[in-house]
Amino acid sequence: MASVTFDHVYKRFGDVIAVNDLNIQVADKEFLVFVGPSGCGKTTSLRLLAGLEEISDGNIMIGDRVVNDVPPKDRDIAMVFQSYALYPHMSVYDNMAFGLKLRKTPKADIDRRVKEAADILDIGHLLDRKPKQLSGCQRQRVAVGRAIVREPAVFLFDEPLSNLDAKLRVQTRAQLTRLHQRLATTFIYVTHDQVEAMTMASRIAVMKDGLLQQIDSPKQLYDHPRNVFVAGFIGSPSMNFFDATLVENNGKLEVNTGGFRLEVPEEKAKDWRPFKGREVIFGIRPDDIHAKSYVAPGILQADLSARVDVVELMGNEIFLYLMSKDDKQFVARVDPRVTANIGEQVDLAVNMANAHIFDPKTEISLVD
Amino acid sequence: MSLQRLWTRGAIYLVLIAFSAFYLMPFYVMIITGLKPYVDVNVTRMWELPKGFYLGSFLEAWYKVAPNFANSMLITIPAALISSFIGSINGYIFAKWRFRGADTIFMLFLVGMFLPYQGILIPLVQTLQALKLYGTIMGLILVHCIFGIPITALLFRSYFAGVPNELLDAAKMDGCGFFGIYRWILLPISMPAFAVVLLWQFTSIWNDYLIGLVVLSSPRLAPINVAVQNIAGSYTTEWNVQMAAALIAALPTIFVYLALGKLFMRGLLAGSLKG
Repeated sequence: MASVTFDHVYKRFGDVIAVNDLNIQVADKEFLVFVGPSGCGKTTSLRLLAGLEEISDGNIMIGDRVVNDVPPKDRDIAMVFQSYALYPHMSVYDNMAFGLKLRKTPKADIDRRVKEAADILDIGHLLDRKPKQLSGCQRQRVAVGRAIVREPAVFLFDEPLSNLDAKLRVQTRAQLTRLHQRLATTFIYVTHDQVEAMTMASRIAVMKDGLLQQIDSPKQLYDHPRNVFVAGFIGSPSMNFFDATLVENNGKLEVNTGGFRLEVPEEKAKDWRPFKGREVIFGIRPDDIHAKSYVAPGILQADLSARVDVVELMGNEIFLYLMSKDDKQFVARVDPRVTANIGEQVDLAVNMANAHIFDPKTEISLVD
Repeated sequence: MSLQRLWTRGAIYLVLIAFSAFYLMPFYVMIITGLKPYVDVNVTRMWELPKGFYLGSFLEAWYKVAPNFANSMLITIPAALISSFIGSINGYIFAKWRFRGADTIFMLFLVGMFLPYQGILIPLVQTLQALKLYGTIMGLILVHCIFGIPITALLFRSYFAGVPNELLDAAKMDGCGFFGIYRWILLPISMPAFAVVLLWQFTSIWNDYLIGLVVLSSPRLAPINVAVQNIAGSYTTEWNVQMAAALIAALPTIFVYLALGKLFMRGLLAGSLKG
């Protein structure tokens, strides 16, 4: 059990800056998820912490100890790899015991720890098998088991679910969350899948181009994205963005995108009024665009009408791909009872309470 | 099986059998000539089967080349083992521990493969003389080990390049260093590569004639291929003994192929990845 600190950490590969001035404090027992598109520096950050890459600048601390020059094996961490990286010539038992054997742990102790870990993960019956005799899901659990037996202060996960099929991934996700609660240890987890991040993390660190974009709880990240990238990356389908201007009309504030005008309710307008007359990026999530006939309660409603381009029925919801008057496509997630035909105009209600405005140049949120 | 399929199959087998027969023809002549007494050996009847099962030529051949057979074993086994081992370490470094200039050095390694042996015989002899190893079996082993460096490094490098880096990372996390990774992870999983390289080295060292002839000038120490050549007299050649000796010389390589061939097939790496 330990906290982890990235203190102005840089990693350069030649001219490329893979990790750019990373500052993060991970509390003890936290479940921190690094998320971002491929090449954003999330895996590199994890490898820096693991000691598999050397940092170019800054400090990494595990607990109170600066570990910059500590070799991986002495950092009191364990890692689960994307490909699981099980030793093909060793049995499951030996795979799990290998690290302990190298540390000259007493045999009885190794045996106890392997059995315990096998119990937790329900792989006790597989201990004599070789990795190639296991299914993908079993291998994944052995890889986790290999980390558990080490009893590390910090667990590192590098996309451990990306090789499982969709259904197993959902199950394993829940198992990992349970494991985190049971072990009560710091987990640091890398994924490109924002759903994994949202469902498991106590905090999410969103990265792009080596830069930390925002670090916050899942809810905070979803409700108050700091910039356009985070707003678009978290949530599926992505947030809709429009170039717009804030205008005052008869004493009411309006968002004018050229394709449509939305009235800003007074509760919101008091935050937005300082930006009156400015060009902004207006962002609204598909979940916050309702069909007028099935409006959710408690929203700050603004009316809108648009032409239906594509209808995707998901069963429990419908994704409407809509066209505004200036032919800009956007998505709405509406009630499954809505009947919408392609080419028709539909009446929509936008929940302005959850609308966002960003600076068009810096792409940073204008209101927190 | 449909008639059409049967025809195709038949045709394929026919072609294969024809090629095998063509390829095995010299071997056939060797065996039957070896089984004939000297009086029955002549060009007009070289394709005919022997009248009886005559082992005299083999006994005589064995009597003549047995000491050299032993020499060849003494040279080939240590040389093949040592050069394969060196190759696996080289391959490990070139594949997994990239250092500045690694590619250039590897290129230089490979150049060694294209050196014509004839061109370096004189410096080779001089070097061995300076090392006081000329004319000794140790000296020949050393030469074979050095000549084996390029090919063994190349083979092991390609094999180890296929080993995922995450496996090494996992070993590092578990506490392995440079040698630990080699000893506990790469060495055990590289048995198929060892089989290939050992086979290759064993065959080429065993079959070597030129270097053996030059380095071990004394007939007492000469490897078997040199001895087989020496059986041929200046005026007459006892073809039956010559063929029998050649067969004896070929036996170990055949045996090694049969013994190690199976290891080729084994994908020991299966299961380390997602599958």
